[in-house]
Amino acid sequence: MSNFLPPYRPQAGPYKSRPELADKHWTASERCEQAWAVLAHVLDPEVPALSVCDLGLVRDIMVDAAGTLAVVLTPTYSGCPATELIERQVLEAIDQAGLGPARVELRRAPAWSSDWISEDGRRKLREYGIAPPHLATSDTQPVRFVNRQALAEPAVDCPHCASAQTTRVSAFGSTACKALYKCLSCLEPFEYFKPI
Amino acid sequence: MTASVHPRQDASAQYLLRLADTCLILGQRLSEWCGHAPIIEEDIALSNTALDLIGQARALLTHAGRSEAGSPLLDEDQLAFLREEREYRNVTLVELPRGDFAFTVLRNVMVASFLKLLWQRLASSSDAELAAIAGKAVKEARYHQQHAGDWVLRLAGGTDESRRRTEAGLAQLWRYTAELFEADAIDDAAAASGLGPRWSELREPWLAEMNQLLAEAQLSAPQDSAFRSTGKRGVHSEHLGHMLTEMQYLQRAFPGGVW
Repeated sequence: MSNFLPPYRPQAGPYKSRPELADKHWTASERCEQAWAVLAHVLDPEVPALSVCDLGLVRDIMVDAAGTLAVVLTPTYSGCPATELIERQVLEAIDQAGLGPARVELRRAPAWSSDWISEDGRRKLREYGIAPPHLATSDTQPVRFVNRQALAEPAVDCPHCASAQTTRVSAFGSTACKALYKCLSCLEPFEYFKPI
Repeated sequence: MTASVHPRQDASAQYLLRLADTCLILGQRLSEWCGHAPIIEEDIALSNTALDLIGQARALLTHAGRSEAGSPLLDEDQLAFLREEREYRNVTLVELPRGDFAFTVLRNVMVASFLKLLWQRLASSSDAELAAIAGKAVKEARYHQQHAGDWVLRLAGGTDESRRRTEAGLAQLWRYTAELFEADAIDDAAAASGLGPRWSELREPWLAEMNQLLAEAQLSAPQDSAFRSTGKRGVHSEHLGHMLTEMQYLQRAFPGGVW
């Protein structure tokens, strides 16, 4: 039996703890710059091929009047159980890099869209075996109910063999953000990151 | 022993609770399917839908429980687990027992179509936090609506048995949808302050979307009746109390218990 997903090989290792930097005096802009670099290594717990930056979850980093580093995050799905874990991992990474004190600020508007996943993130998704999302449709476009045969949805290319001959197996997958597909050419199942 | 909590009674808090509780109670009902759906793909789909609804409810309850004008702050957990039945403001439709799979997907498409239209309007609410919650939730509701509607088509056009059950579900559920569009003073206050639309304004667009689905499925909407359920006013069917007994059991038995 073939594997569902190729084994994950991280492109970048976990950020190394650098306690020796704890006493260094950073300017506010240096701290922010360093924090962006640190968070580029914090992986999403449910899609561990991508960092929280690749996914577009980190919207802003700033230093407030009290000298606290504020990391602004926008959650993906209302009920995503990974949100709280991500917050904790972000704070731990900042702390380990000696860039604290820090806090996380959740910003809901504008709502996260899969369109925010970076080009690099899309490539990493494909390499990990997940088809990257198409562009999201407008929230105001009417929902039409038609028999499946008549439905002309854009093809989702297989991330393994690039064939466009694929079919949806399930509208929902192992996490809120994915659907299940099957490739009709190489016969491998794969996940599709839903466009929202 | 931890006593029950009582939320704010002002119109804006009540407007938020109607929406929050409708999401929460449907989410709780759908989670009953976890491990019991007819096929694994739908087990996953119903659980995922429940997760989105409970996530929306959490944000709304947190917002509805904020401290204002001398009222104490109530957090999402206190509002979900320590409120009594009469203070729940969900529409009766979502508390009805889960029924069979046809009943479930029919109710899901009815509620998701309604919520999608409501979230679309709330995205421009004068309340910035509510608008932000809506901006996210509308995307999720669209997906739920499409998925549930696709199932209604498949069941209506499937076997004699699946069609019979779809027709039976529609007949049972239809009369509970009237409550969604009943207008009252709480809606008037929300419309006046720019918090959100009167739910009655959503009736026409909702009917248009339901009729498109029913026509495609070759089903027809049952006759409207004079029956009106009253969950939005806190007067529920006998089913909500039983559900809350189970849902609140842990917090009532072990007050303040956390994972």
